[in-house]
This record gives sequence, structure tokens and C-alpha cells, in this order.
Amino acid sequence: MAKLSLDEIQKVALLARIELSDDELVVASSEISSILDFVDTIQNTDTAGVELTSQVTGLTDVWREDLVEKCAIAPKLLLASTPDMQDGYVKVKKVL
Amino acid sequence: MPDLNYLSITEAHELLVAKKISAQELTEFYIGKIRNLNPKIRAILTVCESQALKQAKKVDTKIASGAEIGLLEGIPYTAKDMFLTKGIRTTAASKILEDYIPPYSATVIEKLDQAGAVLIAKVNQDEFAHGGSTENSSYHVTHNPWDLDRVPGGSSGGSAASVAADFGIFSLGTDTGGSIRQPASYCGVTGFKPTYGVVSRYGVIAMASSFDCVGPVARSAKDAQIVFEVIAGKDSKDSTTIALSDKTPRDKKPVGKLKAVFYDDEDSNVVSKGVAAIDSSLLNIQTEASIAELVPLELALAAYYVLVPSEISSNLERYDGVRYGSKAKDSKDLLDSYMKTRSEFLGPEVVRRNIIGTYALSAGYYDAYYKKAMQVRTLIIQALNKVFESNDAILVPTTLEPAFKLGSKSDPVEMYKTDLLTVFANLAGVPAISIPIGFEPTTGLPMGLQIIGKQGDDIKILAIAKHIQSDSNWHNKLKELKL
Repeated sequence: MAKLSLDEIQKVALLARIELSDDELVVASSEISSILDFVDTIQNTDTAGVELTSQVTGLTDVWREDLVEKCAIAPKLLLASTPDMQDGYVKVKKVL
Repeated sequence: MPDLNYLSITEAHELLVAKKISAQELTEFYIGKIRNLNPKIRAILTVCESQALKQAKKVDTKIASGAEIGLLEGIPYTAKDMFLTKGIRTTAASKILEDYIPPYSATVIEKLDQAGAVLIAKVNQDEFAHGGSTENSSYHVTHNPWDLDRVPGGSSGGSAASVAADFGIFSLGTDTGGSIRQPASYCGVTGFKPTYGVVSRYGVIAMASSFDCVGPVARSAKDAQIVFEVIAGKDSKDSTTIALSDKTPRDKKPVGKLKAVFYDDEDSNVVSKGVAAIDSSLLNIQTEASIAELVPLELALAAYYVLVPSEISSNLERYDGVRYGSKAKDSKDLLDSYMKTRSEFLGPEVVRRNIIGTYALSAGYYDAYYKKAMQVRTLIIQALNKVFESNDAILVPTTLEPAFKLGSKSDPVEMYKTDLLTVFANLAGVPAISIPIGFEPTTGLPMGLQIIGKQGDDIKILAIAKHIQSDSNWHNKLKELKL
């Protein structure tokens, strides 16, 4: 596996919404490359025709009664840990 | 006052029923113990003294009224900081949740609360459970009670250390790739990871949703089972839960003799000797040279370290500084606020796993990593099923070595390798327990044996562990610990 370039790491870090300094990028590039080397053994395994496993319970289409349940938690309590608020609303930077 | 050190659940229950001690006295004893000894061990993140005493008082009122009490009523316990606890700070050992006070409790915490158990402290762990030593906590390291220079294991290191140091009679942990069993092994205690789905994950901070399991850390398999039976069961708030009775026969004693295969990998001499001493009246044990021929461990570990970071990168998107949690000051726009918040408040291993997972799921790499790893997961399940066709249980050491020195594994890949013998149980969602099986002669440190069963065979696995503990004394050596 080729070493991940600084540009590639930067691109992935942006997708992951994590800011990395120039020094952190260098460290991440080497660490991530060695982790990818380590997991690359899966590439050498023949998996032709093998099913994918995304969960292990075997449950499918779990439904519940279509009933409205009242939330037991007061909205005020739900918002108690919100870092930035105004007039009872969550405040975010301008999106558009 | 009777000696309250290292009580089992049943012993504490009997003292409460006989009124030799009150629930409040028992709670105060444990809080006192934490106060005196925790500065050495540093297993605790938050002590919940007032809530604990309130709960204990309720139990005392019930006892005074002459009503019968359940086995867990008045029993002090600790919980990993992954479990939401209403009104009690819950951090996942991350700075991004430093001031987070949940508005509700996890289902398992509710269940224990209703059973009358007394939560006395939230304990340390690797940040978001990412790690195998508790050194990735954003607060402080935790010391192994057997040797303060060594790690307690992880990620439920605070749970295992708190049970070993007797800061609670049991603890709740989470196990995504060995995070209950490995620290249990390092700390000489019993740790049980149930079948995936039999214990609710509602209100448990998510790491990797198709792997995460909740289970007890205790001083014996008997105690672990008492806790497990209270926390297990279908939960309408977690659609991946399975009722225990769906898969687990409720008869406590397995019928007839059980067959197990023991894999003696590498230099686990201590474990082999321990296994050789197991009384064969319940269990026929056949020893094989290596597990690697039947279950490709390296491959399982590699698939695990693709799938788990992928699920992590998806689950941890929520920590964006908007609805709750810490938020960076001085950002210029929304994207900048996300980037700065996550960079400032997430620790290095959490950042690494988010980047790996994002990479594995990104366009162009999905097939090579995520899809391929999901196929390898199928191969591992098939390999295990084959072993279970002719065996009730797989026995294998929990770890290759005893607890390592603090700071000795700074390379992330070296740390991942400590999960070699535990992750395959999570890939397959099968139940697995780690029990103490001996002590490594040069260091005097405990080693663990894993007992792994088929999905739904939780009670059978616990029965085997109880059988071994009824005829051995490894799990009682904790009482000789001098802290």
C-alpha cells in the first residue's frame, strides 16, 4: 500500500471535519499509512462470492406500533447542554 | 461491624437482610474506600455520593418496613463513563463531553436503578472506548491494582480496576473488541460480554453499533450472571435487541457433559496449566495446538480495524459543537466551527480512527476496505460456526501477555495487536467471558481464560465459568491485594 500523501490526508481530514495542523498532518500521514499496511491483509483473502455481514442479529424490519409516545424529557432539560442558545433555540453560524 | 472488604453480591445481600449493616453504611464504606485508595489507582472520574446515598436510604426504608429485598438492592456498583446517567456528568472520557449532563439514563442504568443497585461512581476508560489500556482517557491514566506501574487494560479499564480494588461490588462495562474481557484479564477479575443484542444499547454512547455490547465486570461468574440477568432483555428503545429467552434456555445447568476445545497459542503457559487443572466432570476439553488454523486471527483483527473505525466515523459525526458538548470559540463560519471543535476536543486516537474510517468509507476505497472487511466478517463467522458444530465452547487465553507497563505501547498498531484474541467474538456477536486462570510467575500478574460460546449460549458460558470457579481459587486472590 502506498503511503498516504499529505494532500490525501488533508482531504480525508476535511471529510471527517477535523482540522489538522501541518505537524499533525505529517504524523497522521505516517500513522495512517502504517495502520493501512496492517489492515491490508484483508486484500489478500479470496472473498469471491462471499456474502457481506453488516449485522449479526439476523433481525430484519423491526417495527413498533404506530403510536405517538410522549417524550418523557422536558425540552428545557434536553437543551441544558447546548453550548450556544438564543431565545430557546440552538444557535448556529449562518448556513447560507 | 462485619468485614466489608471484597464482598460478593450474595454476601452483601445477606448482611443487608440480616440487618448486620444498612445500605447507607455499605455505600458510605465504599465511598470512603474510594476516597482513601483511589488517589493510587485513579479509576474514578465522578463520584455520585448524594445520588448513591439517596438510593441506599430508599433500600433501608424498604428493609425497615419488613419487605423482602432483591439480590441487587443496596449493592454498590460503578459504571463506565459510556453510560448516560441522568443528572450525573457523563464524559466518555472525552473533553468534548467534559460538561455533559445527560437528561436521561441508559436502559441498563434504569434497570439496575429499579433493581435497587446503588451507582456510586462513573469510572475511567479510553476516550469513547478507543483503546486497550485506558491511557487514551482525556483525563488521566488508571493504574493496575496489581502493579501500579502497569495499565489496567481497556477500554473498560476503570471498571476492571474498580472491581479489583473493591471500589464497588461490580461494574458495568462495554465491549466492542475485547474492552470488558481484556481489562478483566489484566486485573484478575471476571468480565462477561454477552451475545450481541441481548443487552440494550439505548443510552450507551455509541462506538461501533454492530459490535458494541454491554456487560458486567465482577469478582466471580456467579455475580456476573446476577447482574446480566437484570440488565438483559428486549428494549423497545433499541431495535437491535433480542429477548434473552429467544435464544437462551433458562435452565441454569447444562444437561449432560459439555465439550470444549482449548487453543494454546504462543507462550500462554500459565493458561495451559490452569486449563489442565479444570475438573473434567462437566467439561471434556480437547487441546489443539493453535487456533489460527481454524479461525484466522490476524485476518479477523485486520477486518475489525476496518469495520470498527468505519462505524466510529459515522457515529462520532454527532460531536459537532451544535446541540450539546464542547464548542470551539472564535470560528469564522459553520464548517470552521465543526473543524475547530473536533480538532480541539477529540484526542489523538479518536482522530486517527475517524480518519481511518472516513478513508475506508470514501469514494474509491469502499470496495477495497469496507466491503471486503464485511466479507471477511462472514468468513470468520463461518469458521466459528464450524468449531461450534462439534463443541459447546472455545477456550482460549484472553491475552498473550499480562498487563503491560504504562507508556510502553505508543505505536497505535502495537496497541491494536493486544486485541488479537478477543475481537473475533465481536465480529461474530457471540458471548465470551474472561475469568482469572493463573498468575504469570515472573511478574505475579493475573492471566485470563476466555470461554466463548455460540450466539444465545450466554447462560451455558456462564455455567462453565461458574463450574471452573467452584473448583478453583484464582478469582479469590484479589483478597490478598495490598493497596
